[in-house]
Amino acid sequence: MVLSSPIADTSSQTFATVAVRGLSHWFGTGTMQRQVLQGIDLEIRPGEVVLLTGPSGCGKTTLLTLVGALRQVMEGSVRVLGCELNGSSRQERQLLRRSVGMIFQGHNLLRCLTAEQNVQMGADLLPGLGYRARRDLAREWLRAVGLDDHLSKLPHDLSGGQKQRVAIARALAAHPRLLLADEPTAALDSRTGREVVDLLKRLARDEGCSVLMVTHDPRILDVADRLVRMEDGRLWASEAPVV
Amino acid sequence: MQFWQARKIPLAWLLLTRQPMRLAVALAGIGFAGLLMFIQLGFRDALFDSSVTVHKMFDTDLVLLSPRTTSSIRMASFPRRRLAQAMANPAVVDIVPVHWDFALWRNPENKSNRPILALAYEPGHKVFLDEKITDQSSRLTQRGRVLFDELSRNEFGPVPEWFRQGRTVETEAAGKRLRVAGLFSAGPSFGADGTILLSNETFLNLFPNAPPGSIELGLIRLRNGSDPTKVRDQLRRLLPNDVSVLTKQGFMDMEINYWRTSTAIGFIFGLGAAMGFVVGCVIVYQILYSDVSDHLPEYATLMAMGYNLFSLVGVVAREGFLLALIGYLPALGVSNLLYIAIKSATKLPVLMIFDRALLVFVMILVMCMGSAALAMRRLGDADPAEIF
Repeated sequence: MVLSSPIADTSSQTFATVAVRGLSHWFGTGTMQRQVLQGIDLEIRPGEVVLLTGPSGCGKTTLLTLVGALRQVMEGSVRVLGCELNGSSRQERQLLRRSVGMIFQGHNLLRCLTAEQNVQMGADLLPGLGYRARRDLAREWLRAVGLDDHLSKLPHDLSGGQKQRVAIARALAAHPRLLLADEPTAALDSRTGREVVDLLKRLARDEGCSVLMVTHDPRILDVADRLVRMEDGRLWASEAPVV
Repeated sequence: MQFWQARKIPLAWLLLTRQPMRLAVALAGIGFAGLLMFIQLGFRDALFDSSVTVHKMFDTDLVLLSPRTTSSIRMASFPRRRLAQAMANPAVVDIVPVHWDFALWRNPENKSNRPILALAYEPGHKVFLDEKITDQSSRLTQRGRVLFDELSRNEFGPVPEWFRQGRTVETEAAGKRLRVAGLFSAGPSFGADGTILLSNETFLNLFPNAPPGSIELGLIRLRNGSDPTKVRDQLRRLLPNDVSVLTKQGFMDMEINYWRTSTAIGFIFGLGAAMGFVVGCVIVYQILYSDVSDHLPEYATLMAMGYNLFSLVGVVAREGFLLALIGYLPALGVSNLLYIAIKSATKLPVLMIFDRALLVFVMILVMCMGSAALAMRRLGDADPAEIF
C-alpha cells in the first residue's frame, strides 16, 4: 500500500528515510540572534521508531519542524525521503509534507468536521482515488484505531484519547512514509497515553513508516527502536532503548 | 466521473453550517444589504417609470411643447395656432390641443386641499390610447364634469369607492364645483399624486387667468407608415422656435431626464443603494475575517498536512460564494413582499424586474467575493511551523 511520493526518488527505500548532516539553526536577528541547533547529525532508517527526548527549550520541536519541511533550512543538509530541504522551494516543501504525517501535542482536528471527515481530509491528499474510495479509506483507518462507533461525532464530543486516535488515523490515511509526533501523549493520562503510543507504533510498523517522536514521557520510552537525547541544541550519543 | 474523482469534503459549506450563529448573522447582514439595495433601486426605477405614467397614455406620434417646458410639473404654454400650422405637413392627419395644469382638489370627505393634475381637451377628440377613457369622454361635455383617476392617492378622498357605490361625488377645485362623471386608471407619479380629465370649457372655468389661445401640449397624429423622426425634423424647420417638437418617446425621455438630472432623487436613491452595498461589505468582511482568524490553527494544520495555500484560499472564496448565494434568496423573497406593500401604500409602480434582480445579485456577489478576497490575506498568517 506504499504509494510513492511525487518528488522522492524511487530508490529512497534503500537509503535512510531521514538524513540530517551538520544542521544548525538560529532564531532572531542581529544581537538578539540565538542558536537553537548546533551541528545536528541524525539518520532514521525505513520503519525505524526513534524517540527524541530532552529538557524543554533544547530545540527538539525546531528539529521536528525542519525535518517536517515546515521551516526553511538555514545551514546544513536535511534529506527527507530523498529530497534535499536546504534551498527547497515553498512548493517542494508543500508536496513533501504530503508524504510526512504529523501528530501534534494538541490534536489539531478541524472542529467543524466529524471524525470521519477529519480523517478523510488526510485521505483526500492521495492522488487518483475516487471520493468513495477515500471515504472508505477513512473509515478503515478509524476502525484501525478502534473508533468505528464514532464516525460521525464532532471532535467536541470525543475524549482526549479518542481525539488523538483520530489524529493518528488522519496522519496515516495519507500513506506517509515518515511520521512526526510532538509529545502525542502530553494531554493524555498515562493509560490512554500508553494505548495511543502502542497503537501508533503498531500501525506505523504495519505501514513500513518511520517514526520520529518527541516526548517527555518516561513511561513510553520502551516503544523506541532507538533513543536520541538532545541538550542545548546538540544530540548526544544514542542509547539503547530501556526495555 | 471527473467530478466524482475530484470531489472533496465540502469544507467551506461545513465551516459555515456548523457555526449556525455566525451564519445567521452573516445572512442577516447580507439579506439586509440586499433588501436595502432592492428598495432603493426599486424606488429609483419606480420614480423614473411613474414620472411618465401620464405621458404613456397619450395616443400620439409627435407632441408640441413650449421650449420653456422642462417637465410635467411646470408646463409652459405656447400659441395654439402653431398646432394648426403643423397641419401643413402632408403626413399630419390629426391634431389635438391639450391643457395641462395643477388645480387644488378638495377632498370631499375631510375637505383638505391638495394639488391634482388636470388634463383638458375637447371631449369629441380621441386623446388617450385607453378606450375606456374615450368611451366616457362624452360625459365631459357637461360643464363641471370630470373623470377621476381611480389609482390617485387616497389623500384625494374615497372618490372611486363612493362613485362605485352610486353616490354623487361632488367637490371643489380652484373654488369651482366639480362632479365626478367616471373613473379611469392611470396611477400617481412623483410629479402628480392624482389626475382628473375635463373639457376645455371646464378647464378655462377653473383657470380663468389662462392666456387665451394658448395650450400646454399639442398632440400630432401621423399618417400610417410615416417616420415620426423625419416628420419631427420637417416640423422643426417649418415652425418658429417658440415651440419645440418631440416624438412621444422624446417627450417621455425629457421627463425622465428631468427627474434624473434636475433633481437629487436619482442620486439619493443611488447613494442609498451604495450604502447598503457598503454595509453589506463591512458585515461580510467582519464575518469572514473572524472566521478565518478563529480557524487559523486549523488552516495551519491543513498546510502542515500538505494542502497548499491556494486550496485554502479556495475554501474562503467558496465561503464567500455560498454566503452570496444563500444570502441573496431571502433578500429577493422579502423584497418581493415589500414591493407589494410599497405598491399598495404609495401606488407607485414598484415591480421586481429581472434586470434589477440580476444587478442586486451581482452586487451581493461582488460584495461577498471582495470581502472574501480581503479576508484571505489573513491566511498568510497561517504558519504551519507555529503549530507544534
